[in-house]
Amino acid sequence: MNASAPVARKLKVATTSLAGCFGCHMSILDIDERLFTLLEKVEFDRSPITDIKEVGDCDLGIIEGGLCNAENVEVLREFRRRCKVLVALGACAINGGLPAQRNTLSLPLLLQEVYRSEPGAEHGLIPNDPELPLPLNKVHPLHEVVHIDFFIPGCPPSADAIWAVLTGLLAGEERPLGHGLIRFD
Amino acid sequence: MSAPATFTLDGRAIAFAEGQTILQAAVAAGAYIPHLCFHPDFKPHGSCKVCTVTVGGRHAASCTTRATAGAVVESDTPAINAERRALVQMLFVEGNHFCPSCEKSGDCKLQATAYDLGMVSPHFDHFYPDRPVDASHPELLLDFNRCILCSLCVRASRDVDGKNAFALAWRGIRTRLIVNSRTGKLADTNVTAADKAAHVCPVGVILPKRRGFATPLGRRVFDLKPISAMADASAAVALAEAGEPRRDRQSDGRLP
Repeated sequence: MNASAPVARKLKVATTSLAGCFGCHMSILDIDERLFTLLEKVEFDRSPITDIKEVGDCDLGIIEGGLCNAENVEVLREFRRRCKVLVALGACAINGGLPAQRNTLSLPLLLQEVYRSEPGAEHGLIPNDPELPLPLNKVHPLHEVVHIDFFIPGCPPSADAIWAVLTGLLAGEERPLGHGLIRFD
Repeated sequence: MSAPATFTLDGRAIAFAEGQTILQAAVAAGAYIPHLCFHPDFKPHGSCKVCTVTVGGRHAASCTTRATAGAVVESDTPAINAERRALVQMLFVEGNHFCPSCEKSGDCKLQATAYDLGMVSPHFDHFYPDRPVDASHPELLLDFNRCILCSLCVRASRDVDGKNAFALAWRGIRTRLIVNSRTGKLADTNVTAADKAAHVCPVGVILPKRRGFATPLGRRVFDLKPISAMADASAAVALAEAGEPRRDRQSDGRLP
């Protein structure tokens, strides 16, 4: 029997958006036709792209957004358990970003301001349905809760920056983002 | 007449005049040593330590260390750059540095230095300090969230403008920038937008009002060129900010 060349297993990739705006996921889609090249090497597990709700065992997890509520923390910890390598994607995942602008205000004050000052869907009451995740006192970036292996900064990171890091990781190496690709804005 | 005295910076001979510090001589020679609180127009302050080099194997802040003939200075090494990166990361977590909403993004020396040092995350835990802005002045906005305590506005207002409008109050981790007026508000000083102090901030603390995003992101000073490729980044930023909005500049920096 002839030994055939081993077929390279496709790497499993999961992605999610926590306290983010999905702008970073739009940037993932912005890698355009290079997605076809990518799909020869990876298959997506849990991701807004597949609509799979639970994360399985993966080689790579990509997380957009910071942590603003208890569910964000739970999902992040689940990703850390299931993924061999975890990437923080974008400004909010790295420093809290726009949601972290609330960090100097007290949470009770914020809830009062949003739900009690104007009549709205909750009829002037602060929502307390048990299905709603509790907000955290402050918004935190991912690395303050779990170990993060790689970071791609930017608001959002450019498709080229995402492509550079992903192709580097698929080749098994960390490629530094040079001038023009490393951006915080 | 004998040849001017020189020291070596990463193996390159740098000529210096008597009394110059290592960083002053390097900037004059067009050689890059990362720095934030130093500005060629002002007496060195020596506070940020980002310009740390080794002189004969010993660590020293190059902005305050006098150049001496034959000194062997090392700057661009992986070990020193790792230390600089840690210093810059600490500056990021001590303040509130949210680049996407900052008018200075792309023209900011802190951000450009972080880019150049390959800083992709702040690494440390954030302080998220509460630092209200001062929008009282008709021409200038003060956003203390971004202050890195370089004291350039303090030096400019005191030594050039003769107004002594700013000061660093408290000490240690509690050090913060304050305004020298009875109310603590900028409106109650005689500072104007024409002052030197209004144009030396390396980050986005002192900003002119009503010019927000006149130059789009992507066409700013350090978007076009890394800070390490500039002989005098302070001068490049000042020149760009004094000029017309850079709307029409092409991606390679040339005007059409």
